[in-house]
Amino acid sequence: MNPSLPFFVLASLSVFSALMVVLSRKPVHSVLYLIFCFFTIGGHYLLLNAQFLFAVHIIVYAGAIMVLFLFTLMFINMNKELEPHKTNLIKVAATVAAGCLLIVMVGVTKGAESLAANSTRTDVGTVANLGKALYGQYLLPFELISILLLAAMVGAVLLGKKSVE
Amino acid sequence: MNSILQYIPLNYYVALAAIIFAIGVMGVLFRRNAIIIFMCIELMLNAVNMLLTAFSTFHGDESGQVMVFFIMAVAAAEVAVGLAILVMIYNNIRTVDVDELNKLQG
Amino acid sequence: MVQFAWLIPLLPLLGFIIVGVLNKRLNVAMSGGIASAAVLFSFIISAIIFGEVAREGSIPERVVLYDWISSGNLSISFSFLIDRLSVIMLMVVTGVGTLIHLYSIGYMSHEQDHPRFFSYLNLFIFFMLLLVLGSNYIVMFVGWEGVGLCSYLLIGFWFKNIDYSNAAKKAFIMNRIGDLGLLLGVFLIYMTFGSVNFNEVFISAANLPQNNAAVTAICLLLFVGAMGKSAQIPLYTWLPDAMAGPTPVSALIHAATMVTAGIYMIVRSNVLYALSPDASSIVAFVGITTAFFAATIGLKQNDIKKVLAYSTVSQLGYMFVALGVGAYQTALFHVITHAFFKALLFLGAGSVIHAMSGEQDVRRMGALKKVLPITHLTFLIGTLAIVGLPPFAGFFSKDEILAKVWMYSPIMFVILAITSVLTAVYMFRLYWLTFYGEFRGSEHQKNHLHESPVTMTLPLIVLAVLSSVGGFIGMPELFHAPHFLNEFLSPVIFKSSHEEASHTFEILLMSVSVILLAIIMYATYSYYVTKKVKPEEDSEELDSFAKLLTNKYYVDEIYAAIITKPLDKLAAFVYKYIDQGLIDKTVNNTGTALNGISGQLRKLQNGNIGAYIFAMVIGIITILVLTMII
Repeated sequence: MNPSLPFFVLASLSVFSALMVVLSRKPVHSVLYLIFCFFTIGGHYLLLNAQFLFAVHIIVYAGAIMVLFLFTLMFINMNKELEPHKTNLIKVAATVAAGCLLIVMVGVTKGAESLAANSTRTDVGTVANLGKALYGQYLLPFELISILLLAAMVGAVLLGKKSVE
Repeated sequence: MNSILQYIPLNYYVALAAIIFAIGVMGVLFRRNAIIIFMCIELMLNAVNMLLTAFSTFHGDESGQVMVFFIMAVAAAEVAVGLAILVMIYNNIRTVDVDELNKLQG
Repeated sequence: MVQFAWLIPLLPLLGFIIVGVLNKRLNVAMSGGIASAAVLFSFIISAIIFGEVAREGSIPERVVLYDWISSGNLSISFSFLIDRLSVIMLMVVTGVGTLIHLYSIGYMSHEQDHPRFFSYLNLFIFFMLLLVLGSNYIVMFVGWEGVGLCSYLLIGFWFKNIDYSNAAKKAFIMNRIGDLGLLLGVFLIYMTFGSVNFNEVFISAANLPQNNAAVTAICLLLFVGAMGKSAQIPLYTWLPDAMAGPTPVSALIHAATMVTAGIYMIVRSNVLYALSPDASSIVAFVGITTAFFAATIGLKQNDIKKVLAYSTVSQLGYMFVALGVGAYQTALFHVITHAFFKALLFLGAGSVIHAMSGEQDVRRMGALKKVLPITHLTFLIGTLAIVGLPPFAGFFSKDEILAKVWMYSPIMFVILAITSVLTAVYMFRLYWLTFYGEFRGSEHQKNHLHESPVTMTLPLIVLAVLSSVGGFIGMPELFHAPHFLNEFLSPVIFKSSHEEASHTFEILLMSVSVILLAIIMYATYSYYVTKKVKPEEDSEELDSFAKLLTNKYYVDEIYAAIITKPLDKLAAFVYKYIDQGLIDKTVNNTGTALNGISGQLRKLQNGNIGAYIFAMVIGIITILVLTMII
């Protein structure tokens, strides 16, 4: 078996599902495609030897964030009314703009193939190594992130609460 | 265990991330539903995350993956607050269509 | 003690601040008391310093307070020069200043706004002291401008009267014209000598040849400044109008001190003027013209203060003649005696006006001799002093000026002698009309007549004594008494005419003047008192010459026609076409254009989030493209 085959399979699935997120008519379908897209991206993490990141990604994105999205959709009950779409002109313009961005980004990052792999380490993504980095060099940002999350939580609760007259 | 990068060049991942990012941008421009726009933003963030991980593995440096953690944390916070705001907007004006949210008109 | 010279100007400044800040919380005795005390203490310190400087062999001392301006080669310190010239001026300014402050307590007792008056008066004394103490032209200039400011504030003290404010503005603007000349002169001094310090300038000037073009230009420019401040032709018209201010102000600023600043400045710069006979003769010419011209106007004025004002202009002309002929000590001598007797006359006039409830027209006065005995007596002494009757102060200084002029040019002597006669005529006319004859005022004024309070009469008496004996500091050689002033000033006057008129001439001059004065006194008495001729009312028809004099040669009208009106027209033109037409239109159109552009631009801010994101994406693409290209 060609060892690069998993990449191409996963990559085509990622692109397809990402496209379907954008193109689906119903928001719920978009959400479901997005979950699938996240799983394929998780697959890429595995291919890249980032097992811990894979676990976190599935838990946070597929588990928490997407549930939040579904929950909100249900809350708003958006599914039954079909969202009015933009005019064709805007759609074309959006596609062209995104295409331009893509071309430009690929153009800008053209030099990446000339980079030589300067490491053969395979244990970068292990829990042990990441743990050392997070609680060592990145301790302060790590702790600050907790404050950010706390603030976000307080904010979300405050916003979600029905205002008391 | 060997990583995939021993079989494919790095710029395949660059291209893949760029494609997903561009799709996300297209979605933001394309759709009027604020929740879908949010999802597209998540898509863009994930494209970046994937690229960071690819480079991290490529260079054998865990900093890239640590950055991914931070991005996930920020994304979680952003989604929590953003969706709360959306729910509030919906409660007030019964729509999440961004074309209707034009109260900032100059 | 000389090192404490900085206290002299500081005290009036403190007085200004205290009275100015406490303002309405003070009653007239307190505000006047503080202000007078400040000047009195300055006077005491001045007197002590005077005593030290007067000692034999004292040398001029510089008291440096701090380095003020230091830039490149230019270094100006804020410093005082204590020499014999400045201490004399100190004594005059603080001495007369104290008396006039004291007088003001009585004079301003009915005035609501007295703290403002006293604070301005103290501020004036402060600047005047800076002017005379400064050891370089820049500090002097600060004082010079400061006294101009205070003069403006005090002339316009009753600013609610539009005529008075206009008089204040006139004084200020005319002084500005002169100040420009002075400033240019100072610049030229710095260019020529590389310094503005008196000592250095005079030392380097001493090496220059006579009639050096630069020195002549400097002298003429400085003289333009003196013309403005000391009211000489053509810049004299502000001084008579300045009588709008309260009478103590007229006495202090417009008779005794500020207007003599020009003379002080020229005496201070005597080295330069001695080098330039051309400039000196111009000074003499302007002085004599002013003296004669103002005296003729004084003959026909009916306002008691206006007469004194024109007499001041005329006397200042005398001083400039003395400066022009190189008799610097004599000019200063006349400054001193004039400060005594003119302050006395003004304060006497103020006392009369006070008694007459504000009436200033001599046609409404008369027979005040009995009700105002002290005022009458002191006014008489002042009159005798100014007309030059021996042994009163004016006689000695005036006689000395005449003698010096005789040596310089007999023609000028004749003109000056005629001017003296005119002075006597208008002063006696004023005196007789005010104090003799019948009372011509209203019944109400008659009932109100009273002698002034002691704070007013005391300064009058002191000044009367000084006017009587002040002349003895400069006795002519004839009496074989030492000329104190000349000896005292000899260290600061570098070059002076020492030619003395012959004794025969002196005796002749003296006896002729006494006889002439007696004749004039009798003639005016018989004309105004015995025949009871009184000046024409405004409505009466006058013959052409009298009309010319009454209207002051129409100088104000001529100035209005040739300067003010064209300037007004120019200003109107500039206002209409340049200001409104060009500048305003440019500004307005810029505003309108920007408004229109903004109106278009705000449409970009359409509130559509999609459009914003679209713009953002295009921006990102552009940046990336630029990154690729560069």
